[in-house]
Amino acid sequence: MTTTVAPSAAAPAPKRSGRPRGAKLVKMLPLTPAIGLMLVFLAGPILYCVYAAFTNMALTGTGAANVQFVGLENFRKAFGSNAFTNAIWMTLVFTLISAIIGQNTLGLGLALLMRRSTKVVRNFVGTAVIGAWVLPEVVAAYLLSAFFNDNGTLNVMLHAVGLPGQDWLYAAPIIAVSLANIWRGTAFSMLVYSAALSEVPKEIEESAEMDGAAGFRRLVFVTLPMISRAIMTNLMLITLQTLSVFGLIYAMTRGGPGTKSQTLPLYMYEQAFSFSQIGYGTAIALVMLAIGAVFSLIYLRGLNSEAA
Amino acid sequence: MIARDRMSKLASNLVLLAIGVLFVLPLLWVLFASINRTAGLRVEFPTHPTLNNFKAVLNTDTTYRPVLNGLVLCGGSALLTMVCAVLAAYPLSRFKTRFNRPFLLTVLFCTGLPITAVMVPVYGLFVQLNLVDTIGGTIMFMATSSLPFAIWLTKTFMDGVPISLEEAAWVDGAGNMRALRAIVLPLMWPGIAVVLIFTFIGMWGNFFVPFMLLLSPERLPASVSIFTFFSQYGEPNYGQLAAYSIIYTMPVLLLYLLLSKKLGGAFALGGAIKG
Repeated sequence: MTTTVAPSAAAPAPKRSGRPRGAKLVKMLPLTPAIGLMLVFLAGPILYCVYAAFTNMALTGTGAANVQFVGLENFRKAFGSNAFTNAIWMTLVFTLISAIIGQNTLGLGLALLMRRSTKVVRNFVGTAVIGAWVLPEVVAAYLLSAFFNDNGTLNVMLHAVGLPGQDWLYAAPIIAVSLANIWRGTAFSMLVYSAALSEVPKEIEESAEMDGAAGFRRLVFVTLPMISRAIMTNLMLITLQTLSVFGLIYAMTRGGPGTKSQTLPLYMYEQAFSFSQIGYGTAIALVMLAIGAVFSLIYLRGLNSEAA
Repeated sequence: MIARDRMSKLASNLVLLAIGVLFVLPLLWVLFASINRTAGLRVEFPTHPTLNNFKAVLNTDTTYRPVLNGLVLCGGSALLTMVCAVLAAYPLSRFKTRFNRPFLLTVLFCTGLPITAVMVPVYGLFVQLNLVDTIGGTIMFMATSSLPFAIWLTKTFMDGVPISLEEAAWVDGAGNMRALRAIVLPLMWPGIAVVLIFTFIGMWGNFFVPFMLLLSPERLPASVSIFTFFSQYGEPNYGQLAAYSIIYTMPVLLLYLLLSKKLGGAFALGGAIKG
């Protein structure tokens, strides 16, 4: 490590190896602030998560004074508890409806339609969708609480066409928060797909049209395969984002009524902070991390195999 | 053929317009309610528009201090993220070592981690380090949580700057950091701006992190104080809530407009994250 920074020496062939090891390490030095921060505030907490999940750590009671290893007890308790299984189901329903079906399909649909529309319409719709996206989480939650309320806009519209309304946040909370997440998150998919579609060569689609593959068939057999990489990336990113949504649901329903919209992040928050069960809370966090990691791995694998 | 094209264009426009209206409706409520003396929960055009709602919330406790806190918190975190991301992206983009690929895959992997899940241990860590309720600690955590995505994006943008330009500088005896500052950064300002602004927007809207790590009312940023605003008074004053929402959203909207005017906006982002 006594070697001084000698970029000019490395300049003619910075990619070739065979330099002294020290010079190489020095070149990697700018990475240290980022690595340092990520070790302390990201890797550290994750490791701590792994440790605490196997203890009875708590903010009050016996677990506060005397932290003990309890083995798989927290996980046994979780998988035996109705509230936890409910939270898993709610998370899956929320992710499936709002991310995989809602944001993804609507985003793709918008991107496809925008290619065939006039500029004014395109700009108007783009601005509206992106407007919903850049709104801060809690503001979005309030707007949609108002929209779905008994006296809200949705019911006014339904009444106008003679349909019955109801307090959606009370009657179908998981649907309401899913729709809210679609409203808020579709812009991301729309942008990804717009960018991907703009790179599909026009000639290929035109020649497919000549060969008689028009409309829906052309979409399924020509256009979609060409943007499959973008579809993959987008699906995974929005799935992971949706898994960890907290503020939107918390501000709209607080997970209620009862536990009818309580997803894993909300359940974890309730257990760890309202009920002070840190050990149990981190066990739930670990389950969430595992779900996220599984999705990330599938995604990395998919991307790698496509790149090859 | 031409008639069919026109029909399909018309149909696309109509469907798009319908979707656009659905997206606009909730937004209309906040606009109308903010200038309505007797705002309720439905969209109604105010018969006697008034600025009283804005006047009522424009005071230190409700607006000025939370917004200022938010600017300090999110501005500080976004800058820290950016500095670390640029420094990290440079060797990753310029020097090929065996370490690069595993590191980049780890970074990509981290972008997927649900940050919500680590909040419990992070809170524990903050208790241990005496960082709970400090602006500095919160800035460091917020910066770290957006680092993986920022590194990934910055590296993608930096790859677009040809390395041949630096090779000339290296021959002239410039160090790596000088080459980065004098050659690479000026050429990738649009990319830097995209990453910086999107990091800021993401943080500005973030509720959970400051909600967990900050306690004192005088340190809370707008994203959390708007929540207490809503829940403290029972039946809230919707007009004032709407006015406050608009004020709180302004910085983000202005940044976004700036971005889309100058840089082709989020389409550049969409391009960079295609993977």
